Amino acid sequence: MREIGFDTVKETVAGLCMDANFEIGHDVVQAFRHGLEVEESETGKAILRQLLDNVEIAKTEKMPACQDTGWAVVWVEIGSGVRVSGGELYDAINQGVAKGYTDGYLRKSIAADPLRRKNTGDNTPAIIYTDIVPGDRLKITVQPKGGGSENMSEVRMLSAADGAEGIKNFVVDRVARSKANPCPPVVVGVGIGGTFDKCAQLSKKALLREIGSVHPDPVYAEMEQELLQRINKLGIGPQGLGGRVTALAVFVEAFPCHIATLPCAVNINCHSARHKSATL
Amino acid sequence: MTKKIATPLTDEAVAGLKAGDSVLITGIIYTGRDLAHAKLVQALDAGKELPFEPKGAIIYYVGPSPAKPGKPIGSAGPTTSYRMDKYAPRLMDVGLKGMIGKGNRTKPVLDSMKKNKAVYFAAVGGAAALISKSIKQARVIAYEELGPEAVRELRVEDFPAIVVNDAEGNDLYEQGMAEFRKE
Repeated sequence: MREIGFDTVKETVAGLCMDANFEIGHDVVQAFRHGLEVEESETGKAILRQLLDNVEIAKTEKMPACQDTGWAVVWVEIGSGVRVSGGELYDAINQGVAKGYTDGYLRKSIAADPLRRKNTGDNTPAIIYTDIVPGDRLKITVQPKGGGSENMSEVRMLSAADGAEGIKNFVVDRVARSKANPCPPVVVGVGIGGTFDKCAQLSKKALLREIGSVHPDPVYAEMEQELLQRINKLGIGPQGLGGRVTALAVFVEAFPCHIATLPCAVNINCHSARHKSATL
Repeated sequence: MTKKIATPLTDEAVAGLKAGDSVLITGIIYTGRDLAHAKLVQALDAGKELPFEPKGAIIYYVGPSPAKPGKPIGSAGPTTSYRMDKYAPRLMDVGLKGMIGKGNRTKPVLDSMKKNKAVYFAAVGGAAALISKSIKQARVIAYEELGPEAVRELRVEDFPAIVVNDAEGNDLYEQGMAEFRKE
C-alpha cells in the first residue's frame, strides 16, 4: 500500500486554503469579463470592473479576495491503495486548515457552538467529505464557502408529481427571493434526488464544476441553460442593484431517488466561487 | 456622478444624497456586525455610553480578515445587512446617520431611516481587497474578545459606496430590479 506522510497532507491543505482565497479561478474571471460584455446596467458594469480589479489586487498582494474566507469545505478522494502514515487523515486536514488560515492571515469564521457563538480561533473544524475510489492517489479539494450566500440556500422536499417544472420554479424562486443578499452575480448549485441530506451535499458538490463546462446528460444540460436564462431575466444584476448578470452559471447534480420523493437543494455561491485541488 | 462626503454626517449632507449616487467617504467610520450590535444595544438598554459617539456616525457592517504585518487591515468588504436589522433602528434613534453593508433592509429599518434622516450605502460585496485600499488606519475600540467581530474605528479616504436607500424612502434595489426585469 502506498503511503503519504501526515505533514505532506497538512502542508498541502494549508497551501490550498491560501491559494483558493488569494486566487479566484480563471473560469470565474472569464465569466466576469463575459458579464461585462452583456451587462446593460452602467452600475452593474462598474461593479464587474471593481470585481476584476479586486481579483487582480488579491492575487498580486496575496490577500483574500473576500474577507469572508469561509468554512473550509474539504473534499477528499482516497484511493483504496493509499494511506496516510504518521497520523490520522482528518487530523492532517484540520491541522492544515488551522495552519493555512493562520499563516495566510485568513479570517477565522467558525463559532464553536451554534448558540454560544465563541470563535474556535483557527477556522477548524473543516467540513470533510470523503470518497473511496480505485487507485493509489489522494485528491484534495478545498472549497472555502462564504456564510452570506449559504444563508440564501435551501432544501425542499418536492413531490414526484412536481417534476422538472417544480424543480425549475423552486430554483428560480430561491434566487429571486435572495435578491442582493448572496453577493450576485452568483453561481447556483442544484442537487436533485438522494435523501434530504444527500441532495444538500450534491448541491454543494455541484459548485465545484468549472464555469463553461456542459453537463454530460443532455436533459440536465438543457435544464442548466434554461435556469440560467430565467435567473438572468429577474433583473437582480450585480450586487442586486439591477441588471442582466445575476448568475454566472447554474450547475445540477442528480442522484437516484426514492419512489416517494423528489428532494431538491439549492446551494448559492457568491461570485467568490473558490476551490482549489491537489492530487498527491 | 460621484459625490464626496465627510464624517460625521450632518442632516444637510444626508439630504443631499439620493438613491443611485456613487459616493466616496472620507473620515472616521466604525465597524460592527452581529455580536457587536447585540452588545451595543445591550449597552443602551443598560443606560451605558456607547464606545463611540453615535451622533452623525456611520457604521460599516464588516468583519475584516487579519492585517498582515505593516498593513492597517486585511480584506474588508461588507457583510449582509439584514442580520443587523433587529438593532439598527435603536442606533438611529440615538443619532446614527449612516450604515454601509450589502443587501436588502427590512421595513422597520427603512421606516427608521425616514424618521431619523439616515442613509444606507452598499459597498461592493466581495471587492474586499480593493476596498481595503481606502482604509488608512484601524484600531479596535471595543469588544476585542470578539476577534473579527470587534468594534473598530477606521480612518478612511475615498471609501467607495453607492446610496441604496436615501432619507426620502427611495430604494435603488427596488428601482434597479424593476428597470431590468424581463417577464
